[in-house]
Amino acid sequence: MSLIEFLLNNRREFGELVLEHLFLVIMSTGIAVLIGVPLGILLTRRPALSKPILGFANIMQTVPSLALFGFLIPLNIYLFQFKIVGGIGARTAIVALVLYSLLPIIRNTFTGISNVDPAIRDAGRGMGMTDRQLLLQVELPLALGVILAGVRVATVICVGTATIAAAIDAGGLGRYIFRGLRANDNTLILAGAVPAALIAIGADLLLGYFEKTIQLGVMVRGKGKKLLWSSGLVLLAIVGGIYLFSGKSGGRIAVGSKDFTEQVILGEIVAQAIEAKTGAQVTRRFDLGGNLAHEALLGGEIDIYVEYSGTGLLAILKEKPLADPQEVLQRVRSEYAKRFKFEWTEPLGFNNTFAILVRGDDAKKFGLKTVSDAAKISHQWRAGFGQDFMSRADGYPGFSKAYGLHFEATREMDLSLTYRALAENQVDLIAGNSTDGLISRYGLFQLEDDRHYFPPYDAVPVVRQATLEKYPALRGVLKELGGILTVDEMRKLNYAVDGEKRLAKDVAREFLERRGLLGRK
Amino acid sequence: MNPRFFESINSLETAIEFRDVSFVLPSGKTLLAHLNLQVGRGETLVLLGRSGSGKTTTMKLINRLIDPSAGQVIVDGKPTVEWDAIQLRRRIGYVIQEIGLFPHLTIEQNIGVVPRLEGWEPDRVAARARQLLNLVGLDADRFADRFPRELSGGQRQRVGVARALAADPPVILLDEPFGALDPITRRDIQQEFKSLQQELGKTMVFVTHDIAEAFVLGSRIGLLKDGEMVLLGVPAELLESSHPEARAFAACFHDGQAIGRPA
Repeated sequence: MSLIEFLLNNRREFGELVLEHLFLVIMSTGIAVLIGVPLGILLTRRPALSKPILGFANIMQTVPSLALFGFLIPLNIYLFQFKIVGGIGARTAIVALVLYSLLPIIRNTFTGISNVDPAIRDAGRGMGMTDRQLLLQVELPLALGVILAGVRVATVICVGTATIAAAIDAGGLGRYIFRGLRANDNTLILAGAVPAALIAIGADLLLGYFEKTIQLGVMVRGKGKKLLWSSGLVLLAIVGGIYLFSGKSGGRIAVGSKDFTEQVILGEIVAQAIEAKTGAQVTRRFDLGGNLAHEALLGGEIDIYVEYSGTGLLAILKEKPLADPQEVLQRVRSEYAKRFKFEWTEPLGFNNTFAILVRGDDAKKFGLKTVSDAAKISHQWRAGFGQDFMSRADGYPGFSKAYGLHFEATREMDLSLTYRALAENQVDLIAGNSTDGLISRYGLFQLEDDRHYFPPYDAVPVVRQATLEKYPALRGVLKELGGILTVDEMRKLNYAVDGEKRLAKDVAREFLERRGLLGRK
Repeated sequence: MNPRFFESINSLETAIEFRDVSFVLPSGKTLLAHLNLQVGRGETLVLLGRSGSGKTTTMKLINRLIDPSAGQVIVDGKPTVEWDAIQLRRRIGYVIQEIGLFPHLTIEQNIGVVPRLEGWEPDRVAARARQLLNLVGLDADRFADRFPRELSGGQRQRVGVARALAADPPVILLDEPFGALDPITRRDIQQEFKSLQQELGKTMVFVTHDIAEAFVLGSRIGLLKDGEMVLLGVPAELLESSHPEARAFAACFHDGQAIGRPA
């Protein structure tokens, strides 16, 4: 499917994503201007402050965006009763984007004003202008061009960085990029990347035009000041409005998911089942990377998501691995209730464990059946693992020790890229998920975990107890979802999305219809 | 005979007075030492001297862009340190060598800056600007809406003078206002300025390093060297003085006349 075709077929969703993206950029740049320009002015009056403040802004720009998001999410900072920093969603994304855009704006305001011809400043002072009059009537108008150049740089940075904000459910064109990466779909990646680049170019041209106009002095005949003030006020009003809105989600059940295909499908299954059976309004907050879903559940930003028993035991509770599925489930159930007041409901019926995968040809050629078989020849192999697998307690370190694996090279990359890397002979062995639809698509072979290193990963909806109390009907819905999926079934659903490029929500709806779970009686 | 000549000698009223004024930089460098000086109302005092002799420092002490390290500068009977700096500056027109026209404002807006700061009605500001443009020899209809960069150096200088006159201040400070002009324009503008001066009767302090200009415009000349006033008197006194700095400037004046004289 070509890019144009895709965008035409999905123009509604595409339009929404573009709007979300613009919203993030305008809001962030706007707030950054409201903070950065006064700070820049302050620096011209108190030059001693310029080192610490510019230094801070400088450091902020060097912090990788995902790290900054991760750092901001657990925070809980309130202004009056409104949360201004912390949690998933646009709010946190905007805070991070503001921190990124501050540097060019502060720096350009500072240099713009500092570079005003001293003779002109002397003339103004000699004519009896107060410091304020000098600033507003002389220095700021003359520095406006340079300040705008800073805003322009900040805006372009924001457009780019905002794509990453999709990782924390802030929306925007990054959704297509992440979705595309996950599904190995270049069209999807381009559908996010190309419009984002176009927005950046467009913003650059537009602000460049303003900059030129102002430098020509055309705007500054009294109108300029009014325009500046009114646009500042409008921005302020929008900012205030958004914070008020984002502060509450009111009377809805928020369903979350992690950031891979299976999770999005499961999220849709849970969400649609709740919608059909309880009639409650459901908000979807999908694609939360790493442990964000758990964080969001803790923060009350989502009410429910599907977790895997092994992940809960090892990654969240940080306990030792257990082999027996029942034992694992009991353990997480009682600990989650005690520590977090979360309830593990009925298991969905399948175990999505790590699948150690090799190319089917290799498996035949070397006669490989188990991981132990592969361990013997691992020293000539290159392995590719997702960041998650490399770092988690039950991941690479313990796994390689258990089997005595020594690879020629170990590559760490995005999970979704490992399949492609394996298929393209870039690596020879990867750790995927046993339910992954791409396994059959790429003709991969799953090696048996003959030493039973990986604990069971039964998929189970985890829900806040408070939500269950508020919506008692929810318990019935979740009970009905118990045992509806097998590994095989899940693999098919995943393939329908990853392989056949169908939408997760359609795949989920058809599945629920087949099972008669959408009957609105 | 210039009527102001007599006025300057028996000036009835003192507009500006320096009483043993010194100005020392934080680094310890003395820019001005023990300056004593009186400028009568309606008089034009020219401060003459080489670069770095303390002329501009003297000017900045009058409109309180700087405060004296020792001594007192008295404007209208009150030491400058007791004046509100803003109030003081609004009573004193200021023209600097670089002119300092605001590049983002039109000529009319530039001239109207101080009246606007003083809260004049827009119509009155505009009318005043046009009146002054005509006074300094610029056609208001042609120039009012232009920007400074669209004017020649001489035209900008005239605008600078008009701007200093805008709110009709009793005192005007001019710091080498014609320094950057070509000799012909400069000569023209000096002549015009002289008649303007007689017409307006303002108290003026005029800084220059050009002795010919000092002779054309000054009722009295103060000669500064290394921050000290070495001579204060009418032009004739400068030519007759035996002080080496006075003789150096006098020599320049005679050279200039010799070159200018037809062969």
